[in-house]
Amino acid sequence: MTILLEVSYFLAMISFIIGLKFLSSPQHAKLGNIIAGGGMTLAIIVTVYHTFYAGPVTINLILIIIAILLGTILGRRMSDKAEMTKMPQLVSYFNAMGGGCALLLGIIEGQQLYLGQNTDRVAEVVLMTAMMIGATSFSGSVIAYLKLSGKVKDIRTRFVSIASRLLIISMIVLPFLVSFEVLHLNLIQEIAILGSLATIYGLVFVFPIGGADMPVVISLLNSLTGVATALAGILFHNLLMISGGIFVGSAGVLLTLLMCKAMNRSLWNVLAGNFKNSGSSTSSS
Amino acid sequence: MLDFITGNQAPIYFILLCVFLGIEIISNVPAILHTPLMSGANAIHGVILAGAIITMYHVPSDDYLNLTLGFLAVLLGTLNISGGFFVTGRILSMFSKKKK
Repeated sequence: MTILLEVSYFLAMISFIIGLKFLSSPQHAKLGNIIAGGGMTLAIIVTVYHTFYAGPVTINLILIIIAILLGTILGRRMSDKAEMTKMPQLVSYFNAMGGGCALLLGIIEGQQLYLGQNTDRVAEVVLMTAMMIGATSFSGSVIAYLKLSGKVKDIRTRFVSIASRLLIISMIVLPFLVSFEVLHLNLIQEIAILGSLATIYGLVFVFPIGGADMPVVISLLNSLTGVATALAGILFHNLLMISGGIFVGSAGVLLTLLMCKAMNRSLWNVLAGNFKNSGSSTSSS
Repeated sequence: MLDFITGNQAPIYFILLCVFLGIEIISNVPAILHTPLMSGANAIHGVILAGAIITMYHVPSDDYLNLTLGFLAVLLGTLNISGGFFVTGRILSMFSKKKK
């Protein structure tokens, strides 16, 4: 049975490469989308089939199938009903879904690791990094979505910039403190603290950025979710997740830089929410 | 840390190659395709759903809190994938109408 999984994962990985390649050329873009979608569908169906092949039908399997059917129908309806001008919002919204998935994975797997008395600190740090990136991408994308819908305005105060720096430092330092037993926290407490810090960081990261720069930010958050996916893939020893996540991560960073170039702004100015120094900001909006 | 690196040499090579491949395959994208490409890439990172399914398999059947969280994770991952691909399809269909 494993051979089926390996072959379909390999095919799915090829389909991602061809899909991304075709999506970046105007004649084949539609075909590329269909190829990548087909590869993804194959991979997911085989994963469900392979994971639950041996065991009996449990409540887990039933919940998974309900969730997949519900998610497919909801995703289809949301993308069909939205107006054409609202497409960037939707991309941000669905990116938030991916980030939220990474956050939830981190929480669940963290409890499993804790209960299993696993003392592999590197695996724990990989898990927590994936969770933090997912959480940042989740809350950041939600704010980007709300900003594009005009529900949230830019907040550019000194407090926000100080808070974002403090949060970054504490997110980097805290795992080290726990590793060297300066702070005595168990894994669940650590995950709870880091997860909430990362969620708040996502908010203060996107708040100061101007509404016109949102597509660049969405692309950046998109590539962040890709990195979270790849880290989760390392944890599960799943090559498809690693490759898919890394493709999106590296392609997303390049795409972000290209979009900045197309708008004639530097990435740094976009992230700092800087309007005074760049004279071209009026033309970009 | 060193054990982790020596134990995972093949994945590390694999990741490095994937980074360069990811940059290489989209390096010639024209500006008009930025949004659909972003949307397509957004759909592809939904492959984290595979991880959600594997996690769901390990959750005990009487652990209702984690079952609920896992259900949500699978739902969000599926929304990411289906929404991503359908939105990309819609954006691209808009382009073909414009050309006609």
